[in-house]
Amino acid sequence: MSLITTLAQLEAVRTGRAQPAATVRHRHLSAAPLVFVPLTTAGEAGAPLGALVGTDRDAPHLLVVPQPRDRDLRFGFLAELADVVLPYLEAYADAVEPAERTERDSGTGARVKVEVELCADAAQIVVPSRAGVEYVRLLGRSTRFRRTAEQDPQAPHPAPPRVPLLGRWLTHYGERARVPGSSLLLAMTDLLGRHWATGQSTLEDQHLGALLAWIDPPAGGTGAEAAHRAELAREDGQLLCPPAGPATDPAFDNKLLAPAIERYDRARLALAGAEDGLAADGLLRALTEAEREVRDLVESRTRPTWDAVWRGLELLRRLPEGARVEERWTRDRWSFTGHRDRVRSGEPPQPRRDDAVTAANKLAAREREQARLDAQEALDDPLVMAGRRLSGEAFAGEVVDVVMTYSEGRRPSPRPLVTVLTDDRPHLGERVKVYRSLGGRAQTAEFVEQAGDGVLVVRIVDKMGRGKEPEPGSVPEKGDPVCFTLFEHEQRGGARLPEPEDTPWTHGGPPGAEGAVAEAPDAPTEEDVL
Amino acid sequence: MDKASLAERLGAPAPFGQSQFALTRGNAFEARVKADGGAELLRLAHEALDRGAEPPARARLPDLTATGPEGRAARTALALREATAEAGSWTLLDHPMLALEVAGSPAFLEPDAVVVHPDGRWTVVEIKSFPMLDGAADAAKVGAAARQAAVYVLALERVAAHLAGPPEGPAGAGAPRVRHRVLLVCPKDFSNLPAASAVDVRRQRAVTARQLARLTRVEDIAAALPEGVCFSPELPPEELTAAVEAVPAAYAPECLATCELAFHCRGRSRAAGAVTPLGRPVRAELGGLTTVDDVLAAARGEAGDPDDPVVAALRRAATLREQALREAAEVAACR
Repeated sequence: MSLITTLAQLEAVRTGRAQPAATVRHRHLSAAPLVFVPLTTAGEAGAPLGALVGTDRDAPHLLVVPQPRDRDLRFGFLAELADVVLPYLEAYADAVEPAERTERDSGTGARVKVEVELCADAAQIVVPSRAGVEYVRLLGRSTRFRRTAEQDPQAPHPAPPRVPLLGRWLTHYGERARVPGSSLLLAMTDLLGRHWATGQSTLEDQHLGALLAWIDPPAGGTGAEAAHRAELAREDGQLLCPPAGPATDPAFDNKLLAPAIERYDRARLALAGAEDGLAADGLLRALTEAEREVRDLVESRTRPTWDAVWRGLELLRRLPEGARVEERWTRDRWSFTGHRDRVRSGEPPQPRRDDAVTAANKLAAREREQARLDAQEALDDPLVMAGRRLSGEAFAGEVVDVVMTYSEGRRPSPRPLVTVLTDDRPHLGERVKVYRSLGGRAQTAEFVEQAGDGVLVVRIVDKMGRGKEPEPGSVPEKGDPVCFTLFEHEQRGGARLPEPEDTPWTHGGPPGAEGAVAEAPDAPTEEDVL
Repeated sequence: MDKASLAERLGAPAPFGQSQFALTRGNAFEARVKADGGAELLRLAHEALDRGAEPPARARLPDLTATGPEGRAARTALALREATAEAGSWTLLDHPMLALEVAGSPAFLEPDAVVVHPDGRWTVVEIKSFPMLDGAADAAKVGAAARQAAVYVLALERVAAHLAGPPEGPAGAGAPRVRHRVLLVCPKDFSNLPAASAVDVRRQRAVTARQLARLTRVEDIAAALPEGVCFSPELPPEELTAAVEAVPAAYAPECLATCELAFHCRGRSRAAGAVTPLGRPVRAELGGLTTVDDVLAAARGEAGDPDDPVVAALRRAATLREQALREAAEVAACR
């Protein structure tokens, strides 16, 4: 974290309000994102307790598992979730625009352009916190290998029809969330933390309620007080601002949820043992009542978080979108389209473990995207650039002199020497390349010399056209403000990796026989009692 | 001392607690792992740690019940000695009791289990209820489990040194060795079937050993306190606060995850205007400037030595930040 953010944090402590850590919005926000606020059962992996999900702030779908250890109820929850999430995803999958993609011809190895479809927009899912992103991955992992009755009539506990498909999509979103700068699956705490600096540590910023309190304190109070209240205030032993989940507060589990689930279990048992229709009627009423109680409890813990996420979206929308955010979103759209195509062509679900080539590719992509994100955020946002200037990775100033020189050779090209007056102290060596943004593209220059305190001379080497005289506007003039960076604006891909079928033996060889066999579903668990 | 009730009396109750769902699940899983005389647990230990040894067919399961922690610790030491002397078979100690000196006073520890291998070496077993998904578990949780196991390893080493110490043992039976690879047992994927993995805790063991050696002894802390200080939760909150203030504390956000008094210390640290509540890296970045007021004054040029590199960087940062915000405001005004 740069000293500039630290200063912002200290200002926040002093003023009691969060301070801007960015002047533009660095992530794409969909016009209609799907907000997903899941809750999980403590101590169980992949046993959801309930969720609020939907695209309408005023009408979320409430999904509840009244007994999280019951497999059928859990499947019911997942089927309902699939009924909400999949139509949302599919609506985006069907609206396409034509696009071109460069592919390598498998025979000749030549690069050829191929006409393909690109989804005009992609579905965006927003969860409250980073733990929520992990939970989406976990749900994806727990469902994508399930078999439906149609796929495997012998399966002991067939999953509802669309659940494995939901698992594949959630897995894709969870995986994409690991790519820096991607916006398919976003955590609200990360989003807010990126754009505001609060007067608390980044650890405490993981609490959505407290983070939001700093950014948007209630009238008449400071953010610090509101954050403290959000973190700790309790009534009857229950937190006033429930944690954003998916984990619940132990006090809630023990005092409210456990008794309610127990009542539900008892009512179900009683109904199962009902002797005649009349008694069954009453018992059914009791069961419905018990179920409603659990539903109310789950809603009471998710609704504040749901509102907080939407409030956060509202605050973020007030920031203007960064200039290069759209370009990164296009990459997300490619990712979305790619997964859509894999699903449609009937490929099997993502494997439990990636093969060597896929894993290496993913890692390389993440590194590349991180570098791209760092560069683009700085170019989009003067506040981020200020941090890079402070650390000596960029310098900004005014052009005080331009001297035209030419390269030697048969066809002399313009190589103007530009003298910049700056207060910055960049780490420059001789002939170090520097870049500036010229109409969205990077123009390269070489550092020539330091002509005095804060006086730097650079030689511009490209983007001036083909003629002897540089094209108008391609060379800065005296008095122009300029900003050069020491980092590149565009990221070049690394060396190409071999195709998976050419994996060398040092890396396990081509995915062979065991890879060809479809991954087996998880063994049924004995936990599913009742 | 009961720090939790102390924190409650101070008006900053600890946020810790365990959900009964997690507790039930954890206990059920541990019972399952240890069921049937620990057959499953020993099978996992054999598979993950000691494939060369004889498969555990008939393991010994000594009774470790005794009165009081001292009694149980002594019983455990005895059982360990017997098991080690009887080489060639597997022994499982279920919930043994170990003593370890922490800051000059004894602390009693209860690992989930300790396995004695046929070669007479000992392994600590940690049973956790977080899942091992496709062979990998949450790194943070594994790290915490490794640190916990490292303390048990240290305590076991003390027992081992003790057993080897007095010359009464059979001649030639060298000191029993504690293995530095512990067995971590977790539920496999989404099931409650156990999966085990060997975790090397040498590094954690070294860190803990160094920290234990460096800890200020309790007597020294007590000696530094004014006469008559008492931490009884029955005292009125004002007196209690004063008593707690008498003990120096160095709050950092990491405390929140581990200490019952963290919220109290955080409140005090914030009230004092310290920068550490923002995080240790922030504190490290600011050199000799430790309070919010000092830093802001230095950044504004009202105080501080301009030749100090930290002060110079702060001023530069403040100027750049102001410039950038002004620039953004101008752009916004044009729109």
